[in-house]
Amino acid sequence: MPGKTAEEMALDQKEISVAEFFEKNRHLLGFDNPAKALITVVKEGVDNALDACEEAGKLPHLKIAIDEKGNNKYNIKFRDNGPGIVKEQMPSIFGKLLYGSKFHSRRQSRGQQGIGISASILYGQLTTGRPALITSRINENNPPKWFKLKIDTMKNEPEILEEKELDDGFEPGTEINIVVEGKYLQRYHSVDEYLKQTAIANPYAHIEYRNPEGEEYDFKRAAHKLPPEPKEIKPHPYGVELGVLVRMLKKTDSNKILSFLQNEFTRVGRTSGEEICRLAEVDPDRKPSSLKHQEQEAILNAMQKVKIQRPPTDCLSPIGSDLIRNGLEKEIDAEFITSTSRDPEVYRGNPFQIEVGIAYGGELMERENEKVKIMRYANKVPLLYQSSSCAITKALEKTDWKRYGLEQPGSTGTPKGPATIFVHLCSTWVPFTSESKESIARYPKIVKEIKLGLQECARDLQRHLSKKQKGKKEKRRKKIFSNYMPLVLENAVELSGQGQELSIDPIMERVIDEELVEKAEVGEEDE
Amino acid sequence: MSDEEISNNLTKIGETIIQKVRNNEVPSIQIPSRTTSNIVYDDRAECYVLGEKMTKRDAGNIRHVKRLAQMLKVASFCKKELMGSERHVTKRELYYISESWGDKLKFKTQDRSDDLVEDIEAIVGRPREDLKINPKAKGSIYGDMTLRFKNPKGETMEVNCLDSADGQSIGPRTCEAEIVECNADKVLAIETDGMYNRLMEENAHEKFNAILVNLGGQATRATRRIIKRINEVKDIPTYIFTDSDPWGLHIAMVIIAGSAKSAHINERLATPDAQWLGVTASDIKNYKLRSDELRDVDLKRINELKEDPRYNDSKRLVDELSMWQEIGKKSEQQALMRYGFEYVVDEYLPAKLKELGAPGF
Repeated sequence: MPGKTAEEMALDQKEISVAEFFEKNRHLLGFDNPAKALITVVKEGVDNALDACEEAGKLPHLKIAIDEKGNNKYNIKFRDNGPGIVKEQMPSIFGKLLYGSKFHSRRQSRGQQGIGISASILYGQLTTGRPALITSRINENNPPKWFKLKIDTMKNEPEILEEKELDDGFEPGTEINIVVEGKYLQRYHSVDEYLKQTAIANPYAHIEYRNPEGEEYDFKRAAHKLPPEPKEIKPHPYGVELGVLVRMLKKTDSNKILSFLQNEFTRVGRTSGEEICRLAEVDPDRKPSSLKHQEQEAILNAMQKVKIQRPPTDCLSPIGSDLIRNGLEKEIDAEFITSTSRDPEVYRGNPFQIEVGIAYGGELMERENEKVKIMRYANKVPLLYQSSSCAITKALEKTDWKRYGLEQPGSTGTPKGPATIFVHLCSTWVPFTSESKESIARYPKIVKEIKLGLQECARDLQRHLSKKQKGKKEKRRKKIFSNYMPLVLENAVELSGQGQELSIDPIMERVIDEELVEKAEVGEEDE
Repeated sequence: MSDEEISNNLTKIGETIIQKVRNNEVPSIQIPSRTTSNIVYDDRAECYVLGEKMTKRDAGNIRHVKRLAQMLKVASFCKKELMGSERHVTKRELYYISESWGDKLKFKTQDRSDDLVEDIEAIVGRPREDLKINPKAKGSIYGDMTLRFKNPKGETMEVNCLDSADGQSIGPRTCEAEIVECNADKVLAIETDGMYNRLMEENAHEKFNAILVNLGGQATRATRRIIKRINEVKDIPTYIFTDSDPWGLHIAMVIIAGSAKSAHINERLATPDAQWLGVTASDIKNYKLRSDELRDVDLKRINELKEDPRYNDSKRLVDELSMWQEIGKKSEQQALMRYGFEYVVDEYLPAKLKELGAPGF
C-alpha cells in the first residue's frame, strides 16, 4: 500500500475544538468517574456563584438541590442571589469553554480558567444528552431571561435551542439546571461534605442544600460582612514563564522594553528595569515586539537575577483568623477551637498566605481513635481528592504532633485524635498539581509556611490539652481524698474504739489545697 | 501469740492514726518494707527476715490513701470478726467479703487484698494464721502423733494422725494444735503425693518410726508451721525427700530457711536444722535412675540458687547443684520404683537416713 503524500496528510490535519478535546480528556477536569463528576459539577456551580456574588459585593445566598432522575441521572439546580448575567453574554459564558475574565488576571479567585461551569454543562450533555436550562436576571428593571442551550463541541460555540423572557416573579440572580450522569455517595467524598466544608471556609455565605435523599441542610451565616475584595495585580518577574512573557511582549502597548517592564510587571521600577536590560544585554529602547527568541530568553533569565521587591499582598483575600473560628464553630460542636492567619509569603513571584484552624473534642470525641480529619482549601474551595500528593498533607505529616498532645504512631504521618484540622492556602496563582485542581504542588516555601501555621495552632491546642489534663488531675485528686480520708478516720475509730468526736475535714482540705506537684509519691498506684 | 495480744496490736494501728488526727497531722503509718531490697538473710535465725527499712502509708499521698483506708478496714474486720472466735477465713474469702464494704473499699483484685494482709502481718509481726486468715490446706500428716485442738464448733478434741485413712490434713487448726503425744523420733517430709502414698502403704512410718508429711509440692505455710513446731516441741530431726532437681532441693530449702515472700514471719516458719535427704544428684548416678535432660529453665534455676545466700553455708548442697550441672540430668522420686514397691523403704531410705545420721540407723 503506497504511503500518503504530504498533500493527502494535510487534508487529515484539522483543528481540534477545545470541547472535543475535553470530550476525550474529561478526567483532566475532575470528571473521571460518576461519583467524582457529581461533586465536580456542584463545585463549579458553587465556585462561580460565590465568585460572582463577592465580585458584586453581595452576601452570597445559594440554594442547591440535587434530584435523582433514575438510571444514575441527577438534576442539579443552582440558584444564587448574585449580580446576574447580561443576556448577550449568557450563551458564551455557559456555552463556550475557556470564556471568562479570570485567566489573565493576577487576582485571587476561586475559578481560574473559565472552564468550570461550561465543562459541567458539556459533561451533562455528553452523559445524558440533555441541554442546560439557565435563567438570569440582573435587576428589577430588566425581565428574567431564560435559555435552553447546548455546546457545539466542534466549534466550541453555544447552540441555543430555545430562549425567552420570563414574566416577573424571579428574583435577581441566576439559576442553572443541569442533568448529568453521576453517583451520589455519602461520607468523606460527597457533595454533602463538600458543601459543609465550603460553608466553614465561607462563613459569610448562606447555603441551603437538599441532597438526593431529600435531606435538607441549612448552612447559615456566621458573619455578615464580605471580606475586602482582592485587588488585581500584575505579574511579578519571579513568577513569569517564557510563554507568558512572549505573549506579553507581543500584546503590550508599551513602545520600549524598559517601559514594558515597568508597566506590565509589579514592583519593577526604572532602576530594576534598566538592570534587567543590562544583564540581558538588550537595549532598553528596543520595541518589545522586535525581540528575537534568544533575547526574550535573556530577559527572562535576567529578571530572575535582579533583586526585586516582593509583590504586594493586598491582592490576597484571606478568610481571616476570626472568620475561620466562626466557620468552624458554627459547623462543629467542638470543645476547643483555635485558628491563625499567617503573614503573606511569596513563592516564585506569586503571593500566598496560609491559614490554619484546629477544632478539638466535643462532637469529635466519637472519632477519638481515628486519624484526624483534614480539611484542605485553596482559595476558599475545599479539596476532597488527591490528598496524598498535596502540600498540606505533606506539611501535616511532617509535623511532630506528639509534642502537641496528639497521637502519632511512628512519629510521622497523619496524627490520631478527636480533631479536625483546617488548612487554607490563598494565592493569586494556586500551584495545583493538575487541571482538576485537587491538590497543591509541594513547593518547599509553601510546605514550610503550612507547617509553621500548623505548629502555631498546635501550640494553642497543646496548652488547652495540658490545662484540661491538669484540671482532670485536680478533680481526680480531690475525689480520691474526699472519698478515702473520711474512711481512714472512720475505720481507725472502729479499730481503736476512740476518737469518735474527731473530724478529718480540716486535714483533708489542707491536703487537697496543697500545690499539685509531682512529689515523691512512691508506691504503687492503687487505682 | 494469743488472740488478745493480736487484737491489741491491731488496736494500736488504729490508735496511731487517731493520735495523728488529734494532733492535726496527716495520718500515716509505718510498715516494715517488704521490697526485695529489704529482705536480708539472718545468720542467727538461719532464715530470711525483713531488714530495718520502713515504708510509710500516708493518707496525704494520693497513691496511698485508699490502701490505708482498706488496711484499717481489714484490721478492724480481723479484730471484730475473727479474734476471739473460732472462725477462720481464707485469703480468697477475704477478697469476696470486701464486696460488702461498699464500692470505695472493696478490692478490685485478690492480689490487692493478699498484699494488704501481708502488710498487716508485717506490722503485727505475726503470720496471717494468727490473724485467722488461712493459707490453703494442701499438706497432710500421717504417723503416731496425737494432736489436741478445738474443732470448728469450739469443742476441744484429740486426734491421732493415724486415725484418718489418708492422714490428717494440715489446716489452720491442725498447724497450731497442741502436740499431746508423739512417739516418732523423726519427721519425713515428702514432695509428691505419689511417694507419700507409697510410704504409707509400705508402712514406712512404723519401719522408720517417723511422722510422714505430704508437702504436695512447695510446702504451704501451715505445713511449714507444723514441721517447725514438731521440730521445736519434740526436738526430733526432720528429713526432706524430694525429686532430684533444683526445684525439689529448693522445696527443702524453703522449709529449712524460709521464703523471701514470707520474710516478715520466717522466724516462725523456718526449720533451720531440717535436712535434705534426696533424691540427690549423685543418687541419679549411684542408683542408675531413669532421668531426663535438664532444660534451660532448670539450668537457669541452678545458677540462681548458687547465688542464693541460703546455700552459702552448705558445701554439700552447692556440690549437688554442681553435680546436676555436670551430669545434665534430673530424676523424679518415683524413678526408684524401677526396683519394685519395697525398694524405697527397704534399701534407699535406710541408706540415706544412715548417711545423715538419723536416730535408729
